[in-house]
Amino acid sequence: MEQHGLHIALSAERLGTLFGLPIPNTLVSAWLVMLVLIITAFVVGKKPRLVPGPVQNFFEMIFEFVIGYMTDIFGNRERALKFFPFVATVFLFIATSNLFDFIPLFGSVGLFHNGEFTPLLRPVNTDLNVTLALAIIAVLTIEISGIVVVGALRYAGKFFNFTSPLNFVVGLIEFVSEMSRFISFSFRLFGNIFAGEVLLAVVSYFMPYVLPVPLMAFETFVGIVQAAVFAMLCLFFIKLAVTDPHGSTHSPQAGH
Amino acid sequence: MDIDAARLIAMAIAAGLGVLGPGIGIGLIGGRAMDAIGRNPDASDKVVSNMILAIVFTEALGILALVVSFIIKFVG
Repeated sequence: MEQHGLHIALSAERLGTLFGLPIPNTLVSAWLVMLVLIITAFVVGKKPRLVPGPVQNFFEMIFEFVIGYMTDIFGNRERALKFFPFVATVFLFIATSNLFDFIPLFGSVGLFHNGEFTPLLRPVNTDLNVTLALAIIAVLTIEISGIVVVGALRYAGKFFNFTSPLNFVVGLIEFVSEMSRFISFSFRLFGNIFAGEVLLAVVSYFMPYVLPVPLMAFETFVGIVQAAVFAMLCLFFIKLAVTDPHGSTHSPQAGH
Repeated sequence: MDIDAARLIAMAIAAGLGVLGPGIGIGLIGGRAMDAIGRNPDASDKVVSNMILAIVFTEALGILALVVSFIIKFVG
């Protein structure tokens, strides 16, 4: 779209290949995010002290809040602690990568390749591959935790129920809605972040320097909220999956 | 009508009609949340966080339409 002066690329630009695998610029920024997270984890978790300093205090406060919230959801602290690493990792990765969207290097530093400008870093979640990978990880975790906690046969009985035609249809609908989570998870995150990027590009074309600033603040808020929503949806769906299915063919001692 | 013009019109229709429903939905959610806060101001923390969650779900549908419109415009 060079003739309009507005460059919007739906897919991530390819920087090069490594052993035949393409290296898009979102992957590079994902590595940067991971590096920052790992360094933070090392610095914070290196020497946990009984009387915490300010940094340790900050993280402990957040983690206590999240664990408390998850305990409310599960009604069980042990189970909350079991699923806490996954949910917190998802939240931290998405939130950090969304916070990185607007630091100066992103989208402005790049290389010229055959006369075409390719930015070296691109906001991580503006690539459908990243969000789809996150969605696949989330859905697999949900399904596997359901199978492990409830048991394979009973969990499958939620979807394939032959007690009556009505139950069979309901189970099929349940199955389809379970599978549609791939799409809803991935497109929600991708759409929000990508639409924010496009909005900023369009707005800075109309009214440079002035209008993008409040919108950037709003998009930062949206990014944090989207990370929280992704993690909370994982949490709710895990909770749904590990709860014994009602109206199952064989649930004489259902605890709930 | 050439293909570019058709694409522009299709993008505008997809984005415009697609945000109609979520707009109504967010209005309803916000209005009901304000009702609830007005009745029980002490519960406003809980109501507001649930309201934001519901708004995000509704908004996702509009964003989906927006993504479809971008795909119509820029892909293929």
